[in-house]
Amino acid sequence: MANDDLDLRTLSDDDLVAQMHDDLYDGLKEEVEEGVRILLERGWVPYDVLTKSLVEGMRIVGIDFRDGILFVPEVLMSANAMKAGMAILRPLLAATGAPRMGRMVIGTVKGDIHDIGKNLVSMMMEGAGFEVVDLGVNNGVEKYLEAIERHQPDIVGMSALLTTTMPYMKVVIDVMKEKGIRNDHIVLVGGAPLNDAFAEAIGADAYCRDAAAAVETARTLLARRQGTAQARVNA
Amino acid sequence: MSRALETEVDAAGDCPADETRARKVLVIACGALAREALALGLNWIDVACLPASLHNRPERIPEAMRASIRAHRAAYDEILCLYGDCGTGGELDRVLKEEGVARIAGAHCYAFYAGEDEFAALAEEEPGTFYLTDFLARHFDALVVKGLGLDRFPHLRDSYFSGYRRVVHLAQFDDPDTTAKARAAATRLGLPYQRRFTGLGGIAAFLDPAKRDRANKAAAAWPT
Repeated sequence: MANDDLDLRTLSDDDLVAQMHDDLYDGLKEEVEEGVRILLERGWVPYDVLTKSLVEGMRIVGIDFRDGILFVPEVLMSANAMKAGMAILRPLLAATGAPRMGRMVIGTVKGDIHDIGKNLVSMMMEGAGFEVVDLGVNNGVEKYLEAIERHQPDIVGMSALLTTTMPYMKVVIDVMKEKGIRNDHIVLVGGAPLNDAFAEAIGADAYCRDAAAAVETARTLLARRQGTAQARVNA
Repeated sequence: MSRALETEVDAAGDCPADETRARKVLVIACGALAREALALGLNWIDVACLPASLHNRPERIPEAMRASIRAHRAAYDEILCLYGDCGTGGELDRVLKEEGVARIAGAHCYAFYAGEDEFAALAEEEPGTFYLTDFLARHFDALVVKGLGLDRFPHLRDSYFSGYRRVVHLAQFDDPDTTAKARAAATRLGLPYQRRFTGLGGIAAFLDPAKRDRANKAAAAWPT
């Protein structure tokens, strides 16, 4: 038992999930791991554990971060707790054929080594059912092209923290245009100095202000794209 | 959280030519640059500062700047902005253009201390460079350690800094105490330390009426 005051095993499923949301909010990694194991022992399918406890818990964290109630250190603690829970679930999700929303290639652009936001997006996208190929940091255009060619993602995500590195996103998009592959992929961009106007100016599909927005935007644009494709088939 | 927006101080030092002295010039600066602006000893300018803590909420900088400009406009012949883009994504430059106020060129203070070309070379040489100015070195505990929550969660250090390979201290003054603090900061981050003396030339060139480019330069990063 990770929590000295509370035996998680004595809680009902609903109370345990609510407690896991609290523990995730408080960044209590061991408690979250224990909660995940208990739900699995009780016969929960891994996908439900992921979505109802971890993803929902991080959604609450995301709202309070957006509203200025939580700050980066607290979000990082929560993310680390979710990551620990995800580590237990990931092999089980693969084995049980959890639903897949789509595939995303994501990386921080050339000249920039900041990855906190990018890692949060990766984690939340994975939690939302996306297969995520994380290219890491300091990626030149050739790395994006190679990953696009190899993984054929639905979504290309680019991140930058620096005012000096964010223009590189346009370099990548322009090369995608030159190669005639720009419209084959949804391009999402994010990072502290970015905004909607910048995303529009460089030719991205959308700017995502945080990880939760990235998930919602990805879902929306993917559904719209699939709807358009279906309409073409039906026409 | 609400607090007084500005701290106003008067510069002291030598006067330029009479025609310049006759003009009343205000520099609205980031609080992280106040000491440096005053150290130039340009007594024909006044300096008003926005709090350095705004860097934690850069989206608030542009409107704070606009409010300060409007509050002071009637009392001055000219207002200058001593700020980088500082993560405002071009919003600060848009506000300054609307208000007709010139800003020092550069995305951030590292660039206008080191010089834009030199800074670009440093970033190219090692993207994983954590930069310190004298201000940041002096206030490292408050702005970095506490600001990032490392006092409460020291194990988060690697989450923040695992991508960094070195600390470069862009020094404005030859001050052994500040150098020692910068070196200690690098040690705390577990990174090798380098020191490069920049002086105040970038700021001096901007505030010197004979040299200054009065055009309101947009941040180089912003697409037009």
